[in-house]
Amino acid sequence: MMTLKVNGRDHDIDADPDTPLLYVLRDDLKLNAAKFGCGLGQCGACTVIVDGNAVMSCVTPLLLLEGKQVTTLEGLGTIEAPAPIQRAFMEEQAAQCGYCIAGMMMRAQALLQKNAKPTDAQIRGELELNLCRCGTHMRILRAVHRAARLMQTADASPAPGSAQ
Amino acid sequence: MQILMASSRVMWSVAAGVAIAGAVVAFALVWRPAIAAIEPPAPQSFDAALVRRGRDLAAIGNCSDCHTASGARDFAGGLPVPTPFGTIYSSNITPDAETGIGRWSEAAFRRAMRSGVDRDGRHLYPTFPYDHFTNVSDQDNQALYAFLMTREPVHAPARENQLSFPLDRRFVIAGWKLLFLRHGTYQPDPAQGAEWNRGAYLVEGLAHCGACHTPRNRLGAEQARAQFSGGDVENWHAYAINGQSPAPVPWDAAALFTYLRQGWHPDHGVARGPMAQVVANLSTVPESDIRAIAAYMAGVFGAPTADRKRRGDEVLAQANSRTGPASSSSTAPAAQASNSDATGASIYAAACANCHETDRVLPYGGINLGLSTALSGPDARNAANIVLSGVRPVAGERGPIMPGFAAGMNDDQIAALLNYLRARFGKLPPWTDVARTVADARRSQSVFLQTSTGFSNAPAGATQRDKP
Repeated sequence: MMTLKVNGRDHDIDADPDTPLLYVLRDDLKLNAAKFGCGLGQCGACTVIVDGNAVMSCVTPLLLLEGKQVTTLEGLGTIEAPAPIQRAFMEEQAAQCGYCIAGMMMRAQALLQKNAKPTDAQIRGELELNLCRCGTHMRILRAVHRAARLMQTADASPAPGSAQ
Repeated sequence: MQILMASSRVMWSVAAGVAIAGAVVAFALVWRPAIAAIEPPAPQSFDAALVRRGRDLAAIGNCSDCHTASGARDFAGGLPVPTPFGTIYSSNITPDAETGIGRWSEAAFRRAMRSGVDRDGRHLYPTFPYDHFTNVSDQDNQALYAFLMTREPVHAPARENQLSFPLDRRFVIAGWKLLFLRHGTYQPDPAQGAEWNRGAYLVEGLAHCGACHTPRNRLGAEQARAQFSGGDVENWHAYAINGQSPAPVPWDAAALFTYLRQGWHPDHGVARGPMAQVVANLSTVPESDIRAIAAYMAGVFGAPTADRKRRGDEVLAQANSRTGPASSSSTAPAAQASNSDATGASIYAAACANCHETDRVLPYGGINLGLSTALSGPDARNAANIVLSGVRPVAGERGPIMPGFAAGMNDDQIAALLNYLRARFGKLPPWTDVARTVADARRSQSVFLQTSTGFSNAPAGATQRDKP
């Protein structure tokens, strides 16, 4: 039994310490934004934020998360009050099939938390680890730039309980 | 009295003579004339075939790696090269007239390659490996010159080196050269074939393999008697590439060729760290040159002893069967091991085994860690670097990739993992102070880590990296 902090709340988890975080998020906590893609840390569909850093949850066992803060897409915003990153992705219509998009948003969010105005090259370098098979890369790029602008305006402050 | 005066006069004149002779000798050692500046030659004045050959030679010399700073223009210099003596910045070797080598004649270029002196007559620091480049033929220097003088000129002034006195004085380098610069350290060996000799010429000269793979003495010179016994570069260990190689499976010419050509080999793994740029460059040059390097280096490695070969075969057999001790996680001694070992075993099972224990072969799966030289090497640096940064994909190529765990694991967790891997797969005594190695690696990776951008200044027609 361990306590896992997800989106600002403590959860008691009864699972083996080597269980991947992704399984706990989806199966136990019913947080289904993070997706199972490859299970090998190669596609990024499972990306979440741990203590401010983007992490592939499929290759992150529970035992590495003692005392750490996990943020999933559900922790950034809601349908009624989407976070800037979510608004930006919708406004740019950056999703096609959408399977990779939650991971894309989480890695972009982690980037924007560290670097409020990333260059094109910095965004490409960071998101290189997340794969999109539909080919919406140019829209994703635009969406991250738009999110950066939205985050600088007062009316688009992150929703309560969002990433630190 | 007169005698006394006379003898003191004699002594004075002897002393003065010695001083003057010393000054003349010192002057002769240190002073090098400037070579007259030229008008930058028009790119069209160079023969296209010569430029093309120069391109391949520049790739073999890995020139772009040091002479291109991260994110900056090709060959424009400015890359900080850390040395035990301070930081030295690479120079701009584009044909820019003001800040590059645009006003250098071919003779000036040749002199720099051969004896480490720039056009103005200033001694160059031996971070520029002229102790190897002195072996480059006139013909090859001509081709390299033609290639560099036809690049796009970039205005990029040199950055000030960060060296303390007296090393910031360039006359000191003349003394270093007197001690360590030997001309003609490569001579063809008529007893060997053409391929071996070609390999020797490249390895001892332009490819300057020893610059990283040979340990250096306290004055920063390669230790001739320990050639290829392993060295240090940018917080990576450059493995021994002679009989002392720590590779679990002994290298041979065929494996070396594959590794140098495509950047990885199923029995040895992936070229990482500074070697990544080397293999990216080598993937673009004529195949015959890679075969020559492989043939020569196979001789340097030497034929494995019967015992070493048997151990290599065992490791390979274990890696290829999923029931052997090297590939079955159920045999992990977690039960009777310490807490730290148990942590390492759990991390391995959860984060690593999915790729590293699979019947998917490289590059689609990870290498069986029983084959990993990083785990049988003398220290934990390379393994720590790889766990932290992973293996980034190279654009447009099929090759192994691995996620980095810098964000997901702290130093103690990575140290526990590495200690476990060392014991289980390296089957060797533990490394010392692994947690500190990991902390150092974490600090330095942000400085040196760059994804391979490939050889972006290649003319059309350069061959693609071989497909797996």
